[in-house]
Amino acid sequence: MIQAFAFYLFASILVAAATLTVFARNPVHSVLWLILSFFNAAGLFVILGAEFIAMLLVIVYVGAVAVLFLFVVMMLDVDFARMRAGFARYLPFGALLGVVLVAELVLAMGAWSAGAIALDARAAPTPAAVPNIQALGTVLYTRYLFIFEAAGFVLLVAMIGAIVLTNRQRRDLKKQDTARQIARRPEDAVRNVVNQPVGEGVTL
Amino acid sequence: MTEWFQGTLGYGFGWFVATLILILMIALPLMLSVAMIIYADRKIWAAMALRRGPNVVGPFGLLQSFADGLKVYLKETIIPSSANRGLFILAPILTFTVALIGWAVIPFGPKMVLADINVGLLYLLAVSSLSVYGVIIAGWASNSKYPFYSALRAAAQMVSYEVSVGFVLISVILWAGTFNLSGIIEAQRGHIFGFINGFGLNPLLFPMAVIFLISSMAETARAPFDLTEAESELVAGFQTEYSSMSFALFWLGEYGNVLLMCALNATLFWGGWLPPLDWGPLYAVPGIVWLFAKIFGFFFIFSWVKATVPRYRYDQLMRLGWKIFLPISLFWVFLVSGYLMVTRYGAFS
Amino acid sequence: MASVAAGYLPILLFLGVALVLSSVFVFSPMVAARFTGAHKPYADKLSEYECGFPAFEDSRAQFDVRFYLVAILFIIFDLEAAFLFPWAVSLGTIGIAGWAAMMIFLAELTLGFVYAWKKGALEWE
Repeated sequence: MIQAFAFYLFASILVAAATLTVFARNPVHSVLWLILSFFNAAGLFVILGAEFIAMLLVIVYVGAVAVLFLFVVMMLDVDFARMRAGFARYLPFGALLGVVLVAELVLAMGAWSAGAIALDARAAPTPAAVPNIQALGTVLYTRYLFIFEAAGFVLLVAMIGAIVLTNRQRRDLKKQDTARQIARRPEDAVRNVVNQPVGEGVTL
Repeated sequence: MTEWFQGTLGYGFGWFVATLILILMIALPLMLSVAMIIYADRKIWAAMALRRGPNVVGPFGLLQSFADGLKVYLKETIIPSSANRGLFILAPILTFTVALIGWAVIPFGPKMVLADINVGLLYLLAVSSLSVYGVIIAGWASNSKYPFYSALRAAAQMVSYEVSVGFVLISVILWAGTFNLSGIIEAQRGHIFGFINGFGLNPLLFPMAVIFLISSMAETARAPFDLTEAESELVAGFQTEYSSMSFALFWLGEYGNVLLMCALNATLFWGGWLPPLDWGPLYAVPGIVWLFAKIFGFFFIFSWVKATVPRYRYDQLMRLGWKIFLPISLFWVFLVSGYLMVTRYGAFS
Repeated sequence: MASVAAGYLPILLFLGVALVLSSVFVFSPMVAARFTGAHKPYADKLSEYECGFPAFEDSRAQFDVRFYLVAILFIIFDLEAAFLFPWAVSLGTIGIAGWAAMMIFLAELTLGFVYAWKKGALEWE
């Protein structure tokens, strides 16, 4: 009973938040609704028993990706009039994407009711006694080793790409070199001046 | 207790009432300890500056925090006309909620934990990654210059230190072999020579304990990393536009997070509710007392650092996070896992 | 699988309690202020904070692209950590091959990290 209640709670908030993500006028509000829907999706994963995936969803999507989205949306200084103008131009493409998505959903539903997908016929069923994070690790680092390494390369490319795109060097500033500061001795910086006649400057 | 309620009130409802009482047994003392810890912070800080600190309200000024709370409570809540009202009100609620819910997985003693989940540590990581939103939303919704800058700084700062925190946690998990916090504590029993409880004194993990302590100061934006509310440049940071209890909630949330981080330091590296030595008579003292003693010990370190270390500059802060902590903790993952592969899992033999 | 989800029920309840508690803390002073007469808003009080003069420009100014870069680097390292989590608990069962695979993975990302360092992406001015 509680499980069903929790499911409907998460699912309805998820759908509502996702709708509001699309319809919110302010892009920052959109991102915040998106975060709420991520959060509820994590709740749904927990109900499925996939606790590791749920936590990962919160850590990676809510904690990292959404922060980036917020930065971008805040930084872009979005001009609403221009956005409206773009709306008409992107409408056909957007509609096409929507149609594709709906078709996929219908196909998935069809496959589901045809009985092609059954939850207990998974490729790697989790043993009941093992926490699913450990079960995942056991499979990921043995059977799917090469896919995992490929993921590493994707991350590397993403990192280099981000740096190439956004990095720019500023030349008009002095950087702190801590090692040099620490290595500096009094002898390098201080000179004792003795027998200096009064009224004359010190030669530096 | 759960069984008793289930016996008298029926299974489901009894569980509900029992859990609710347990939650309040965590949340209300927590708020009380936050009030007392603010007082302790001020006293420690004052003592280090050879001042007296709060000493008027109540004996030794013990009631100072409550007097402050009452005063703040009776103030007017000002919502600036240019602010986004909804988000402006949401931000303090979010900050305080996030500061509270982390405590759900902290074990206070053997079997004394509200939610003993398998991935307790990941849950805490997820919760701490949520805490950045209170700040960002507050800064953005205020629609004012200083809160906005402060929010950006805070976001970048928390995010930077979360990276090294993640890697430090992996070193601990490698050793404990579980994400369950009770399991991590059990793994520390008699860790060194079968006698000393705690990962912290293990020479391989001690550097990680230090990095984690410093990173937890940066995560909670405590001095010397309190650039988010550097009063000389950003007025009061993201809280500039806030007043009344909404303002106080940021304070409560901040100190709640500090306490949570202290508890986490104690739990991950110094044995949590275990006594320092694995010796029979020490177990006569309840685990919760040991845990609180450790939490307060860490809080004292936080206060001590706040009173004595000058504030970092933003470039120095980023340098420390990305160029020192990240490479060290990354290398340590290699070191610890390699060591365990050889000694525990018998590779290369 | 229901047993896993059941462990999270107290957390859901805690979340509810925490939300209610903090909402009470935020909203009840607003009500109290109306009774005590502290609630007296006027235009100058409600204007945003500036050092004694009207704000010159829109407060939500554009900011440095570096914040964006930090966020991206954070995502990448966070994902790296996400791969490390299941690896750390299953180290005993995946054997030397799993360990070596992760070391190669870490080496790849260290390469990226060194690149970021050399390019000055980690510098902050």
